[in-house]
Amino acid sequence: MNHLGFKIDKVKIGSFDFTCCEGCQLQLANKESTLPAFLGLLDIRNFREISSERHDDYDIALVEGSITRSDEVERLKAIRAQAKVLIAFGTCACFGGVNNLKNKIPQDEAVKVVYGDKKVETMPSMKISDIVSVDLMIPGCPVSKAEVERIVVGVVTRSPNNLPKYPVCVDCKQKLNTCLFDLGEVCLGPVTKAGCDAVCPTGKTPCLGCRGPSDDMNFPSFIQIVKEKNLSLDEMQEKLAFYNGFADYLDHES
Amino acid sequence: MKVDFNIDIHHLPRVEGHGNIHISVKNGTLEKAQWEVIETPRFFEMMLRGVSAERASFLTSRICGICSISHSLASIRTLERAMEIEPPEAAKTIRLLAMHGETLQSHALHLFFLAAPDFLDMPSAVPILHSHPEIVKAGLLLKELGNEMSIATTGRATHPVSLVLGGVSKAPSKQRLKELKEMILKRRTALDRTTDFFRTLSIPEFVRETEFISLRNGKDYPFIGGDLVSTDGVVRDENDYLLMTNEYLTDFSTSKFTRVSRQSSAAGALARFNNNSRLLGHRAHDIAASFGLEPICHNPFMNNIAQLVECHHIFENAEMLIESLLDDDLQEIRTPYKLKAGEATGAVEAPRGVLYHHMETDDKGKVLKADCIIPTTQNNANIHYDLQALAAEAVKDGKTDRETEKLCEMLVRSYDPCISCSVH
Ligand code: SF4
Ligand code: SF4
Ligand code: SF4
Ligand SMILES: [Fe+2]
Repeated sequence: MNHLGFKIDKVKIGSFDFTCCEGCQLQLANKESTLPAFLGLLDIRNFREISSERHDDYDIALVEGSITRSDEVERLKAIRAQAKVLIAFGTCACFGGVNNLKNKIPQDEAVKVVYGDKKVETMPSMKISDIVSVDLMIPGCPVSKAEVERIVVGVVTRSPNNLPKYPVCVDCKQKLNTCLFDLGEVCLGPVTKAGCDAVCPTGKTPCLGCRGPSDDMNFPSFIQIVKEKNLSLDEMQEKLAFYNGFADYLDHES
Repeated sequence: MKVDFNIDIHHLPRVEGHGNIHISVKNGTLEKAQWEVIETPRFFEMMLRGVSAERASFLTSRICGICSISHSLASIRTLERAMEIEPPEAAKTIRLLAMHGETLQSHALHLFFLAAPDFLDMPSAVPILHSHPEIVKAGLLLKELGNEMSIATTGRATHPVSLVLGGVSKAPSKQRLKELKEMILKRRTALDRTTDFFRTLSIPEFVRETEFISLRNGKDYPFIGGDLVSTDGVVRDENDYLLMTNEYLTDFSTSKFTRVSRQSSAAGALARFNNNSRLLGHRAHDIAASFGLEPICHNPFMNNIAQLVECHHIFENAEMLIESLLDDDLQEIRTPYKLKAGEATGAVEAPRGVLYHHMETDDKGKVLKADCIIPTTQNNANIHYDLQALAAEAVKDGKTDRETEKLCEMLVRSYDPCISCSVH
């Protein structure tokens, strides 16, 4: 395998899913035209969704989903012990994702709503870094395949991996979209980390912050804008809580 | 010879989600065959409480990475019916095209990446990339076409962006639609190559009579809304979904089981075909006949062929839908609405079968109560009883434990179960 003229070894990779929709893993099979080339970079050691072969000698572990059961905690620790590089893959893994919405009520009540009197084990949803150390985060619900390719190639070639520091608005404005704030909607673009090509506002729906807080943003001035435009603070709160990426900010502002 | 063996497949590979198969044979007779779902439940019905109507479909799409468009549209349909919102015709057409894209993508993924390796005796599609490169390439072309249809209609392949209450927030450009039509025409050869490839595979002969459940609306091969029907003659209104599911719990599975007129029932491509084959496009119809697929087919392994037949139908129907969008000025794509209190069911045919969402809202449109019944949930009991019949037959025919294991795995995969979805 050659990359920029350097000979590199195929990277031994494993993909593991926990509590989630498995939509991030599915992105790995997207961008079909470059898929065979991307697969050529990888030595897939463990990927239950697509292969019945299983080996435990992977170096990179992609970990998808949040943690909601004790057997998942154990499985995750074993993966951490094996992997040289553990990547939190997707919003559920990075922040808890929509799964954390179930933490708003006591867990036994949640069980009662769905399962009645049957005993079903569950615990409040936790992000991967609540349990083990994480080397890299790739946020997104779902992740963007282009970004995943870039990061995986970066790990293989040992070059630095940086996510954009600026917010979604920057990409959105470049696309000359009409700002949703001008259409009377609360959009989290000003405070959310870019890298998704502003896909939601480009489709005329507000950003719900799936990629988490941007490094270069001003949270108080965002709230100020929402207030000045006379938009609903409740709606803003609901959106900020959606993927749990803004948990730290929500605690300050209520 | 009287054989003894146990089959314990933990985390069955090449299916979406986590399920186990347990079989035990003593003295040449089957003692137990069980389908267990051990997926971690996520409690979406609980998460939905208090979510505003405008956000609900963005939450439920996260039930499933493969059929996110179906979940999104089931929620939207539920809430539109609850609040008496009628989306414009163009939006309905765009939504149907989105469903086609998702189904094509999902069927291609299943047929090539999950099912085909079984038929070729390979652990995954990766070695098939070397042994049959042109076949995998055809599969990727179909899957990509499905994704392109979803991206053009909803903004993204997984987790749609522009499907919203009242219609769609953005219509595809005419240019995009023309490109899509071109792409469909060009990729017919990939579909034909796929069809030829499936003719070379031998589909196991196995029959266990069951009841097939799907939507039916009489005018098109159903994807969105309609009556709930079964091959045993049951017909019910969309809102009476509970009578069509009768969910119950078992002590070995975190996913629920369902039944209607019999011990178990089935949903999915084969069920849709069995109830609606008359409404298929001409070409899809001929392809079905050429595979000897006719209603009512009770061989679950033929679900693979029914999926292939549906791919043909999607090619034909998508072209017509695009034509009608090209004739529309696409100005009216979203109806204004008022949020209000209400309650309704929305049913759509997701790639793996009929999917029900039911919601009740308060006068501000916040969700008070939600219920979601997933296609795989409706197949769990059928898989379970099929496994018992199939394993008993295999043992009677003197098959070894390896042969029995392989057949059982193939059986489960034929249903294309989406386990994480079923434990939402
Ligand atoms: S981050 Fe989103 S797409 Fe990825 S697994 Fe979680 S819910 Fe699915
Ligand atoms: S629509 Fe959203 S992302 Fe785009 S500019 Fe406005 S606030 Fe920023
Ligand atoms: S626009 Fe916002 S919600 Fe949409 S993908 Fe980007 S970060 Fe996520
Ligand atoms: Fe449910």
